[in-house]
Amino acid sequence: MASEGDRRADLEVGRRSRVLDSLRSGGDGRRSVAIALASTVVFFTAVGWVITHAPGWPEVHRTFFSWSQFKATFPEIAHAFLLNVKIFCIAEVIILVVALVLAVLRALPGPVFFPIRALVIVYADVFRGLPTILVIAMLGFGAPALDLKHVPTSTTFWGIVALVLIYSAYVSEVYRAGIESVHPSQEAAARSLGLSRWQTTRRVILPQAVRRVIPPLLNDFIGLQKDSALVATVGAVEAFNQSQIDTNATFNFTAYLSAAVLFVALTIPLARFTDWLVERDRRRRQAGRPG
Amino acid sequence: MTNAVVVEGLVKSFGKHTVLKGIDLEVGEHQVVALIGASGSGKSTLLRCINRLEPIDSGRILLAGDDITRPRNVNDVRRRIGIVFQSFNLFPHMSVLRNVTLAPRDVLGLSRSEADARANALLERFGLADKRDEYPDRLSGGQQQRVAIVRALAMQPELMLFDEVTSALDPELVAEVLQVIGELAAGGMTMIIATHEMSFARDIASRVCFLDGGTIIEEGPPEQIFTAPREPRTQQFLERIIEAKRL
Repeated sequence: MASEGDRRADLEVGRRSRVLDSLRSGGDGRRSVAIALASTVVFFTAVGWVITHAPGWPEVHRTFFSWSQFKATFPEIAHAFLLNVKIFCIAEVIILVVALVLAVLRALPGPVFFPIRALVIVYADVFRGLPTILVIAMLGFGAPALDLKHVPTSTTFWGIVALVLIYSAYVSEVYRAGIESVHPSQEAAARSLGLSRWQTTRRVILPQAVRRVIPPLLNDFIGLQKDSALVATVGAVEAFNQSQIDTNATFNFTAYLSAAVLFVALTIPLARFTDWLVERDRRRRQAGRPG
Repeated sequence: MTNAVVVEGLVKSFGKHTVLKGIDLEVGEHQVVALIGASGSGKSTLLRCINRLEPIDSGRILLAGDDITRPRNVNDVRRRIGIVFQSFNLFPHMSVLRNVTLAPRDVLGLSRSEADARANALLERFGLADKRDEYPDRLSGGQQQRVAIVRALAMQPELMLFDEVTSALDPELVAEVLQVIGELAAGGMTMIIATHEMSFARDIASRVCFLDGGTIIEEGPPEQIFTAPREPRTQQFLERIIEAKRL
């Protein structure tokens, strides 16, 4: 078990140094850095030249890369983007909890819990099988029509519900993979100390499982952040919808670029943050500090 | 005096394969029983059945007179029995101290300071005090196994089970682990030890049981088993061990 852990740590270190090496393009010191720099400049200059000398470039430049349009539409779209942020922030928190509960339910052993396991499996299969846009449309248009008392009718609310339903199915599978990756000997060790099944799950299995699935988990969240734009289809005025409104008003597509910049500005830091978390955890364990 | 452990007619199979075919074993208080035998003879399975990590098919197990064959709460049984595994099985996401204090706090309900004090005393006693804040993957195999022993001892068990605890260790690390077990024996701990370390078994055990094919073929005091085994299968096994220069 321990040697397995060691090996994993070694693998991580190995992978890491390979990545660094490829950044340094070989590791042959300054000469390779110079070559990497030169080839990069040559490559992008060539690509840039081809694009800007294409016959349609002046038109594309005007309709897609208009600086004045960008300045004009950006504040509005940024404001609408706050709705995207709200949608996925709320959805993410709920998904993290719901999916974890689903994964733990699915891991319940014994014949008594068969109905629960079966329900979770059916749920995961159905909601991973449905296109996100379809669920958003069905709930966004259908649910408010039910006229339920004490239940919000806003399309944003139902959009969030749809995203939670879809993504919880995915994320519960991610959690499940993590739970199953923890070696059975860990459970044996915990149970042999007298810990109950639940204590074992909470103290020993889940902490290790969650740590291992942070990268794929955050990956799903990057997907979720982008899919928040789908709530536009039921009428919520978020960044994509706003940029469409602007585009229709001005016949200039630069508004899409504004929305794109906003999405990327949020998803890239999330990816960096994920790497930082993984690295910090690795360093902490190797440095042997309590944490 | 009640025996610490009594096993009667224990049968255990995995699917069609019967691993234990009626084991009878008595371990008195403060006794050290060594289980020897080839891999697959059922030593580990016997230990795992005693602390109920494996469900048993038939037979009876008594712990200090209490029938633990079908306990109402299996966790109550397990906290009275410590087990140490071949592969250490420390919790990699916890520091040494947290590994040791987890069960005393969560299972016995000790306060943090009580559990820490108990853990620190044990770590001190086995020369691990300076490792208390380390994580398992920073320790050598021998250190990890000693921590695993301390983790089990922190529950103050009435019985300790050792499942080939030195088999996964580099040869130079075996001694430090055996020394810990020797110290426990000297302190009067009741223990059942499955081992391939024959000279260790000879030195430490009050009784040696030779298992083969899921039954105890022969048992007796170490001097008798190792110098004048009665059963041909025991003789064969020991001859092979001597050939391999392990005795």
